[in-house]
Amino acid sequence: MLPDAPSTDAIRVESLRFAWPGHPPVLDIDRFTLARGEKLFLRGPSGSGKSTLLGLIAGVLSPETGTIEVLGNGMAALSAAKRDRIRADHLGVIFQMFNLVPYLSVTGNVTLPLHFSPARRAKVGKDTEGEARRLLGRLGLTDETLLDRRVSDLSVGQQQRVAAARALMGGPDIVIADEPTSALDADVRDRFIELLSEEAGRTGAALLFVSHDASLARQFDRAVDLSEINRAGVSA
Amino acid sequence: MKALFALAWKSLLNRRASVMLTLLAVALSVALFLGVDKARTGAREGFGHTISGTDLIIGAPTGSVNLLLYSVFRMGNATAEISWPTYQELAARDDIAWTVPISLGDSHRGFRVMGTDHAYFEHYQYGRGQPLRFAKGVEMDDLFDAVIGADVARELGYDIGSPLVLSHGLGKADFGSGHENRPFRVVGILAPTGTPVDRTVIVSLEAITAIHVGWETGAKNPLADTITEDMIRSFNLTPKTITAVYAGLKRKGTILRTRREINTNKSEPLMAIIPGEALAELWSVTAMAERALLAVSIFVIAVGVVSILTSILTSLNERRREMSILRAVGARPGHIFGLLTLEAGLIGFLGALLGIVIVHVLILIAGPIVMQRYGISLGGTGPGMTDLLTLLAVTGASLLAGAIPAWAAFRRSLADGLSVKL
Repeated sequence: MLPDAPSTDAIRVESLRFAWPGHPPVLDIDRFTLARGEKLFLRGPSGSGKSTLLGLIAGVLSPETGTIEVLGNGMAALSAAKRDRIRADHLGVIFQMFNLVPYLSVTGNVTLPLHFSPARRAKVGKDTEGEARRLLGRLGLTDETLLDRRVSDLSVGQQQRVAAARALMGGPDIVIADEPTSALDADVRDRFIELLSEEAGRTGAALLFVSHDASLARQFDRAVDLSEINRAGVSA
Repeated sequence: MKALFALAWKSLLNRRASVMLTLLAVALSVALFLGVDKARTGAREGFGHTISGTDLIIGAPTGSVNLLLYSVFRMGNATAEISWPTYQELAARDDIAWTVPISLGDSHRGFRVMGTDHAYFEHYQYGRGQPLRFAKGVEMDDLFDAVIGADVARELGYDIGSPLVLSHGLGKADFGSGHENRPFRVVGILAPTGTPVDRTVIVSLEAITAIHVGWETGAKNPLADTITEDMIRSFNLTPKTITAVYAGLKRKGTILRTRREINTNKSEPLMAIIPGEALAELWSVTAMAERALLAVSIFVIAVGVVSILTSILTSLNERRREMSILRAVGARPGHIFGLLTLEAGLIGFLGALLGIVIVHVLILIAGPIVMQRYGISLGGTGPGMTDLLTLLAVTGASLLAGAIPAWAAFRRSLADGLSVKL
């Protein structure tokens, strides 16, 4: 494995600087990588610029200077539409909470990424609902009556599992989880990380798990502290 | 696109309470607009179909619209009459093929009474040249025979042989001042025409003279009730005056010259009008009011469309999270824009559709009543081009209005990125 070959990295960030207009820089990162299939824990307190970093990686923001490569694609050079396509085809995102579209059923939420990515739709094939059921089952949501329930009727723990299933739907190469467990109880949280990590491993997706809680780091291959690599030094 | 459509639809269903209100606002505004338009076209067609085949209408000098209204539509009253000898002169003119004398001014239980002669049944035509047809019975023969229109028969429950008492003037139930000692008898009932004929009681000209024996001064002579039916029959009942004349020409080409000659008649001032021309003049009078009404109803539609904009704009804040979720799963800003525009368009389309349904249901229910009261037929105005165009215009306007909140969401989704702070 050649550590510096772009194609081996899921995400590669180099000499990245980013500032919101009229504000001091929030990010100044010399180097940050996530290998394909790697499960990385990124520790960052709120205000450390992690949401901005995730926005840059996901392609909804564009850096001032520096390189961001996602699966070998230099995001800065791409048009917004191309970045949107890369996100749709290769990324799964889980938020802290309120992950689900309120007017869609559980199945509707899980299959949502397929509407925006023909590539992921092609990977899943015709039986999208079956795949949704399978993923939900893997994540411990085996109760079939849940599938057509309104998402607002689910517990927060169940909602996060649905969000995880959605992020994994259609086999993306990278799953980004932004504090997905901060609203969960400790035992539910550990089980959630275990299942997410297991399922990401099964599909071969790299997992970028972001949290302020350093105690979670032991469940991952590697841990990086954002405040150590970010020289912009924004304090919480 | 199909997926976006499904998303928009589910999103609307999710907010169905507030969406229904907006939809109803659009529906009512569209119903108002179409209602005004249909009443307008209905009135025009109804009026236009009331008289056909008559080249000139002749009466005492007045406004041409006024002459048309009282002689054909039984609206308003004649201010002056034509003398009988003048009528005979008109009838004898070389360029005139036929004439129908009519005499108005009396009523029977709210229905106008018209005196005329056999020529009326022969020459009066409505619609596209349809002649009058008897549903039952025959023309008047005896002095006290009457032919009634379809509505008169239905509303008053009259049949052949029913007696009727004509009252002087136009009062509804003019007891005491009526012509109780001159009872008439129904001998014929006309088939429905959809014109004011349906609401008319037709008697002979002589009958009109007869019921006014003893009323020559305009008030009832104290001796009037002592005059018996037989005495009346023995009088000379040739009318002294009539109200108006329908005339048909031998050659249509002479119409302008004939009209000019009648208008400059020396023996007695007369006025001749061409029905179509007078109708056009009537429409030019009502056009202003129609336009004002249409303008108002278009503004009401605009308010409806703005309410779509408002409802979506106010929902944007609470839907910010939803937008960033959609962005995260791969939606482009264009998708967000499309979603909100589609939602607006859907509300506009469904609202307009509901409005059209409301109007046609109302026409189905209220049509017969309007026909009865005002003689305006709304029946011939089934779903048509106007409805389709209105549907398209309202949907288009809604899509345009939706572009405003859609643009706001589009800009916001660019700025928010994936991280929305709640």
